[in-house]
Amino acid sequence: MRRIINYAPRPGVRLILAILPFVAVLAIYLLASNARLAVEPADKLMPSFASFWATMVRMATTLDRATSQYLLWWDTWLSLQRLFLGLGISALIGLVLGIIVGFVPYLRATFEPFFAAFSLIPPLAVLPILFILFGLGEASKIVLIVFGIAPFIIRDVMLRVSALPTEQIIKAQTLGASTWQMISGVVLPQVMPRLIDSVRLSLGAAWLFVIAAEAITSEGGLGYRIFLVRRYLAMDVILPYVIWITLLAFLMDYALRRLAVAAYPWDQIRAA
Amino acid sequence: MTTIRFENVWKEYDERVVLEQVNLSLDDHEFLVIIGPSGVGKTTLLRMLLSQEQPSRGKILIDGDPIAAEPTADRGVVFQRYSVFPHRTVLGNVMMGPQWAGAPLLGRFFGARRKALEERAMALLARVGLGEHADKYPAQLSGGMQQRLALAQALIMKPKVLLLDEPFGALDPGTRRSMHELVGELWEENRMTIVMVTHDLPEAFLLGTRVIAVDRRRNDPQAPERFGATIVSDFEAKCRSVRDSRLFEAERERVRLTLLGTTDVPADSPPVPALDHSR
Repeated sequence: MRRIINYAPRPGVRLILAILPFVAVLAIYLLASNARLAVEPADKLMPSFASFWATMVRMATTLDRATSQYLLWWDTWLSLQRLFLGLGISALIGLVLGIIVGFVPYLRATFEPFFAAFSLIPPLAVLPILFILFGLGEASKIVLIVFGIAPFIIRDVMLRVSALPTEQIIKAQTLGASTWQMISGVVLPQVMPRLIDSVRLSLGAAWLFVIAAEAITSEGGLGYRIFLVRRYLAMDVILPYVIWITLLAFLMDYALRRLAVAAYPWDQIRAA
Repeated sequence: MTTIRFENVWKEYDERVVLEQVNLSLDDHEFLVIIGPSGVGKTTLLRMLLSQEQPSRGKILIDGDPIAAEPTADRGVVFQRYSVFPHRTVLGNVMMGPQWAGAPLLGRFFGARRKALEERAMALLARVGLGEHADKYPAQLSGGMQQRLALAQALIMKPKVLLLDEPFGALDPGTRRSMHELVGELWEENRMTIVMVTHDLPEAFLLGTRVIAVDRRRNDPQAPERFGATIVSDFEAKCRSVRDSRLFEAERERVRLTLLGTTDVPADSPPVPALDHSR
């Protein structure tokens, strides 16, 4: 009998094991849902898969009278727009500030403690301030995402910059590089893969802020819809929406990972 | 012509004296090797020569002028590790220096200029034995190959002084031997000054023309940081007159062979043409 950590599954077994929890959750839901529907056919808490499908088809293909939009696509479009804008602005701010502040010692001494303190402010606590300052429109939602994510990305990029070996920076100087040339030729390219990683790690938080902002005030969006139909206990909308959001998040994460592999082959070689 | 002078150089961190009274005068085309026990300040000496650190007292002169206060292109360097840029290919690494010098904004050459530089870089890579690895990334190279790359990368800038900080410390003995040969040859070919730090004595006397040992001359057991290290011995490992005469012989032999090769030697020509020896 070996120690348990010394037993590793074969690849085929590994795949089966990976699928198992998903199947188990689905099976448990199905059994519970069937049991409830057998007692009360109009049960709203655990609808059947058929009613999920019917609701989603309705939301995706029938024009909503109030907004004259196909609701599923309209919500998705609004939420993704907010998410991409917020993430994009955060990444840009994080990259520029992180590199400049991380690389120039005087700026680092000035701003590093400030950023450290700033990143501890809970973004949702200042949401009312954002609503007051930027109104209830799109601006305050995007600022919320930036507020929540940019400090994390700045600090991550700064860490990466300071983790560059001193030898490399000295070597660059003995090759005649100016500060700008070191930033553009040595620091930026080596920080980019890390930036993609920190954006990937921020995806969850970004979704959280989008949904929170939409829940409070919005005219549409995935989070808005979920919180709107909550009043009618419309689990047939909420659950597929949650799965849809999860799927979108997964696809974005996957796309970013592929991007890092394609754009920075040297980073993959080094990691391997 | 490159001469290096240390004039009464001290290095202190607060109360701790690392180096004291370092005086050194180095002629052109010397291969200086600094040896000594670990933690005694060999690398600090090299770092000061690189301007990575500043002397607390005294000054360092190259060709009679104080060295710049920051690392510059006249002093090339190869460290034990991390001397190459992981995000550029082997060829890209070698081309970085000239591109930075020639393209301040983009750091990149295009067209004919790029082609010319690529040829120069490829020639240098072939010289250090990396010709067929030009498109690989440094992470795909072995330790010895990475050090060869770092050498080529530094040499393309034609530095006055090449500084080597335990460059072979992380290599296996076989690789180390071939690196010794390469560095020795490059030193002859480029006629530059090399300063190397090592703690391998045979290596020091194999490569160096001059070997200095750095150690503490005085030690206070109650306050071990009271006194710093300095140059305690200074060997002329390879006599300059012997070196020069060997060089001269080699040159004369080369010229004789070329003269033999050409059939139409004028009868009144001197047996050996005047050599261009500026020294």
